[in-house]
Amino acid sequence: MDCGQAHLRVYEYLDGELTVWKRRAITRHLDECPPCAQGFTFEIELRRVIISKCTEDVPADLKNRIAVALGITDAPAPTSD
Amino acid sequence: MADPAGFAEQAMPYMSALYAAALRMTRNPTDAEDLVQETFLRAYRGFEGFREGTNLKAWLYKILTNTFINQYRAKKRRPEQVDLDDVEDFYIFRRLGGLEAADATRTPEAEVLEGIPDSEVKDALESIPEQFRMAVILADVEGFSYKEIADILDVPIGTVMSRIHRGRRALQKKLWDYAERNNLRPRVESATGG
Repeated sequence: MDCGQAHLRVYEYLDGELTVWKRRAITRHLDECPPCAQGFTFEIELRRVIISKCTEDVPADLKNRIAVALGITDAPAPTSD
Repeated sequence: MADPAGFAEQAMPYMSALYAAALRMTRNPTDAEDLVQETFLRAYRGFEGFREGTNLKAWLYKILTNTFINQYRAKKRRPEQVDLDDVEDFYIFRRLGGLEAADATRTPEAEVLEGIPDSEVKDALESIPEQFRMAVILADVEGFSYKEIADILDVPIGTVMSRIHRGRRALQKKLWDYAERNNLRPRVESATGG
């Protein structure tokens, strides 16, 4: 496997969507090719950063509205949490 | 048949993730709140049809997605066009000097990413054309498999992969535009051992 072939499969590799054989071939390439390994690591980091920076706190009012709509009697009061 | 009484207990833990996805899709807090509330109500009403033991999270996202498409996308007439022809794989990493040569003295390029404010990352994600954006959120933020995303969006797996790829490219281009405008670069440090 060369760099170009590894790059074609980067997303399927990182998404865990490859067969064990294809996965192993890429892993072997990454072991031998530091630039590609760094590139794959960068893509993992990018995803981690996106996840960590895109979280949201649910407004207390929304939680309360849904709890009431679902008929949950011990609904949390809309205080800050 | 699922027990309606168990719905709240099982579904409530997904509320913050659903709300974040709703915000990225609607790009508007009021619409996002309405979308999440509507999703929970529809899920609650349909919970008897939900098969216990199957994927509740994926089922909730399917309802969220369908509700969004039916109620919010109706306003829009045609899909957004986006030119990604010049956006290759490893778009940001290449521009940071990666893939050319491994340089052990350079601090990780990922530090550049940490320097991008949360609000800019959210804006970048929200700027992706809608049909790609949903696929990227489901894959990257929520960690669904291609098969699960295909079920949620009701499209073939090949379409899911194409949307994820194009969406990720659009996202990288947007994030890089920000990094470049603000002159974010990896620091080059001299190797001092240790």
